[in-house]
Amino acid sequence: MLGRTDLPNRLRVISGAKDKDCMKCGKCSASCPSYEKMDIRPHQFVSYLQRGDVDAMMNSTTVWACLCCYACIERCPRDVKPAQIIEAARLMLIRRQGDTPYVSADDIPELLDPDTPQQLLVSALRKYTK
Amino acid sequence: MVVYTYYPGCTLKTQAARLDSYARVSARALGFELEEIDQWQCCGAVYPLGTDEVAAKLACVRALMAARDSGRPLVTLCSACHHVMKRVNHDMRMDKDMRAKVNNYLEDEGPYGGETEVLHYLEVLHKHLGFAKLKEMVVNPLSGRKIGAYYGCMLLRPSAVMEFDDPENPTLFENFLKALGAEQVVFPQRNECCGGYISLRERERSAEMAAKVADSAARHGAEELITACPLCLYNVNKTSGGKLPVVYFTELLAQALGVEAEEEEAAHVG
Amino acid sequence: MKRVGVFVCHCGTNIAAAVDVGEVVDKARLERGVVFSAEYPYMCSEAGQTMIANAVKEHNLTGVVVSACSPRMHEVTFRKAAAKIGLNPYMLEMANIREQCSWIHKDKDDATKKAVSLTSAAVAKVHLNTPLFAGESPVTKRALVIGGGIAGISVALDVADAGYDVDIVESTPGIGGRMAQLDKTFPTLDCSACILTPKMVDAATHDNITLHTYSEVESVEGFVGDFTVTIRKKARSVDMKKCTGCGACYDKCPAKKAPSEFEEGLSNRKAIYIPFAQAVPNVPVIDREQCIKFKTGKCGLCETVCAPGAIDFEQQDELVTQKYGAVIVATGFRPIELGKFGEYAPESKDVLTSLEFERITNAAGPTKGALVRLSDGRKPKSITFIQCVGSRDTTPRGKAYCSKICCMYTAKHAMLVKDKYPDIDVNVYYIDVRSPGKNFDEFYRRAAEEYGVNYIKGQVGKVVDMGDHLVLQAADMLDNRQITARTDMIVLATAIEPLKSTKPIASMLTASIDTNGFMTEAHPKLKPVESPTAGVFLAGACHGPKDIPETVAQAGAAAAKVLGLLSKSKLTTNPCVAAADELACNGCSACESVCPYGAIGYEDRQINDHGVRGNQRLAAVNTALCQGCGACAVTCPSGAMDLLGFSNRQILAEVDALCR
Repeated sequence: MLGRTDLPNRLRVISGAKDKDCMKCGKCSASCPSYEKMDIRPHQFVSYLQRGDVDAMMNSTTVWACLCCYACIERCPRDVKPAQIIEAARLMLIRRQGDTPYVSADDIPELLDPDTPQQLLVSALRKYTK
Repeated sequence: MVVYTYYPGCTLKTQAARLDSYARVSARALGFELEEIDQWQCCGAVYPLGTDEVAAKLACVRALMAARDSGRPLVTLCSACHHVMKRVNHDMRMDKDMRAKVNNYLEDEGPYGGETEVLHYLEVLHKHLGFAKLKEMVVNPLSGRKIGAYYGCMLLRPSAVMEFDDPENPTLFENFLKALGAEQVVFPQRNECCGGYISLRERERSAEMAAKVADSAARHGAEELITACPLCLYNVNKTSGGKLPVVYFTELLAQALGVEAEEEEAAHVG
Repeated sequence: MKRVGVFVCHCGTNIAAAVDVGEVVDKARLERGVVFSAEYPYMCSEAGQTMIANAVKEHNLTGVVVSACSPRMHEVTFRKAAAKIGLNPYMLEMANIREQCSWIHKDKDDATKKAVSLTSAAVAKVHLNTPLFAGESPVTKRALVIGGGIAGISVALDVADAGYDVDIVESTPGIGGRMAQLDKTFPTLDCSACILTPKMVDAATHDNITLHTYSEVESVEGFVGDFTVTIRKKARSVDMKKCTGCGACYDKCPAKKAPSEFEEGLSNRKAIYIPFAQAVPNVPVIDREQCIKFKTGKCGLCETVCAPGAIDFEQQDELVTQKYGAVIVATGFRPIELGKFGEYAPESKDVLTSLEFERITNAAGPTKGALVRLSDGRKPKSITFIQCVGSRDTTPRGKAYCSKICCMYTAKHAMLVKDKYPDIDVNVYYIDVRSPGKNFDEFYRRAAEEYGVNYIKGQVGKVVDMGDHLVLQAADMLDNRQITARTDMIVLATAIEPLKSTKPIASMLTASIDTNGFMTEAHPKLKPVESPTAGVFLAGACHGPKDIPETVAQAGAAAAKVLGLLSKSKLTTNPCVAAADELACNGCSACESVCPYGAIGYEDRQINDHGVRGNQRLAAVNTALCQGCGACAVTCPSGAMDLLGFSNRQILAEVDALCR
């Protein structure tokens, strides 16, 4: 088992992101459509990772607000891949907890309507559960 | 008749049956056939971004292997399936570690090294048939209709892997619309997110985001929208309440080609 | 057997920190023929050189090995020292135990072992060294400047003022370059035209300067002091001797749809045109692709109205061949294409590059200096500047380097706007503001403090053209908020890159370019204005992004180097050239075909091979042209070609020593 001090490196491995290449230009946060719903903003994820505060990243609203639209990855001038850092924090959280504080499988039936596409269900399950 | 190996995906068997059925009849009219893979499994709808997510990619790899064994390119329709399939294939070709791990799972069926060419249906029309040829085959030009193409995220980004079109200034769907005789409406939000899967739990957020897309299209003069993504269609239709109808691009294709969905397929299209 | 001395340098801690220098000295003493070995903290210092001189005398040394830095750094230094005490300079060898050893190894034992090996290889080589004697080559007292912008003009004037002839080759119809397009210059806000146009006139009227405008370098042969350059003077279709510059031709020309290069495509020019009103020379050019006469055979209006009869539709390109002692590359820069930066909506008429904005603010520009939106002619209420568009961008669409000039010209633009129109809201999105030049930071702060320009730390993610206004989405990183803002005009501080012509020009000159396409200097600190190819010098942005003060300073430095070269009556040539062994050569021509300098020819000679006389075709090296690259030596199938100072035997001896 990895200790807590190993969390930042574990996150680096899972994300495959290059936090050291970041020059803090803010283009990720400028591009993000979910910015207002995030308590830790995309550009801040790099700083959090660099100082090793993975717990804060895992407990942020950001991990649920990010929709993987890849706008930050596409436009980042340094190829840092911010969305992958956020995704790695989310993965580490649901792997630790098993169940997600955001939505549980039991809640899902009542969230559906007759038009809900399978794609929505499958992607939500993939994103929100272990 | 040219045959392509085809991966429809879950949604195309239910809510998005129109995307599928109109694609098949149009294909026949255009001189090619979509041959569905036997026993395909769900792609997962989202690409597994974690570098340690291996098992989640296996369903795609099996479909990709089936296409390789058929000796034909693999054609997709749904933006999500296309995104996941194309990226997993890219991993298998470019990422040595991922390739080794996946192939460890595939003892009997493997190994696979990303040999399959993954094409979106629109790319078949563009690269193999050609929009000029398509234009010639149109019998009911969509003249006078002002149509915006809503690309969404997944076909375009990340462009280095998807290689679909310019991620900020795409033209493929617009050229498609031009070939069908429609008036294409370029609108700035056409490559922005509809809210995606957030609509399951936070409908108001996806409503807000989809509204931005619909407003942008309407402001630039669009009277209807096309998409290749069932979730984009769902989110935008929920928001606009039919004011700005969103349809699958294959529906317009079938209209322009003057073909109807066949009966058994039409039965799905409730 | 030679008596060899080995001198090992610490280079301060550069070498000594990674290599056990004492060990290298001790091991060297065990090498064959080594009669003396010693170490010193800085062998290149006067004391170090004296140590070598004394040892040569005391120990009667006939060969010297200096284990220190790269020979590119100090071989000349040590060879001069050897010559001073009467040793043939080519009896000295260097072992590179710094760049190729101490700087790249972390493990001291490994590094020491390698330093010992490299030193023993140099000892093995020096045993086979023979005295070599430099020859002489002539110096043509004329310089060629490629590029007629402020860099080229400055070099040309400095060299010409010193009494030497200079030719300027400029590919566009007139000189002046980018600076002619600018309105004001930072950090003083003086008028660009006011300080440039007198220089342009000086260059055109100088007795020692010849302008070749609308011309390109076609080919280059030769070497330092003796280049032969062919210049293609493109057909202007106007006789420069007859033309009076009255302008009747372009006033009447009916073909008016060509985008003006000088105006960055913001307005059109005629098919017969001068780039701008103060053009030097004031002689028009016919753009044959746009000209109705050339396209259809009809028209010829310009010919009809030209009183002196200067229009010449039959004119052909002319090739001029000239000899030069030195060549200065001053080809300049251009903004990158923004096609791949769709998020900034570069196709919008109200989204401009900074160079386009420069033209909009210029009283002689397409709007006559009126600050208006190009889409609807309205005066903007808000202007937004975006920095680092394509610069500091390591992805395939961008440039990894800082374009250097953008922070300052953006501050300039912002101030100019505020000065004329205090009511316009001006915002600048930046990543860092870089202002290290003289009076630069004060200049930038003035924009913020005196003029009220808003500087926002953050980037813009997307720009949307809404028709009557623009909307941008950005991040303010200090405020930690996302901004969605309306604006009327956006100016993109577009990355700059070298001209496309830089690469072919560099390859004609056998000079090198870096991964970004900029010309490479011979040494970043000690030879910043020289290219690695002798006799080729650099000035201005072809070498890297530069502002005007820096460009002019570099041009002055290049001119000084050129003058140093042209003032010599003869140059000593490198004696390390190829030589053919006439007994082994079979005249196969393999060497001739690989020689990049055309230095190998053939001659029939009578030879006496073991008493058998006969005529034989033999390779003959022109030692003036040979650059000592060695391509012939490795190609020769019979081993007849060899490189003096780097003979096959010497190199094999080094390899043997390394493999021991």
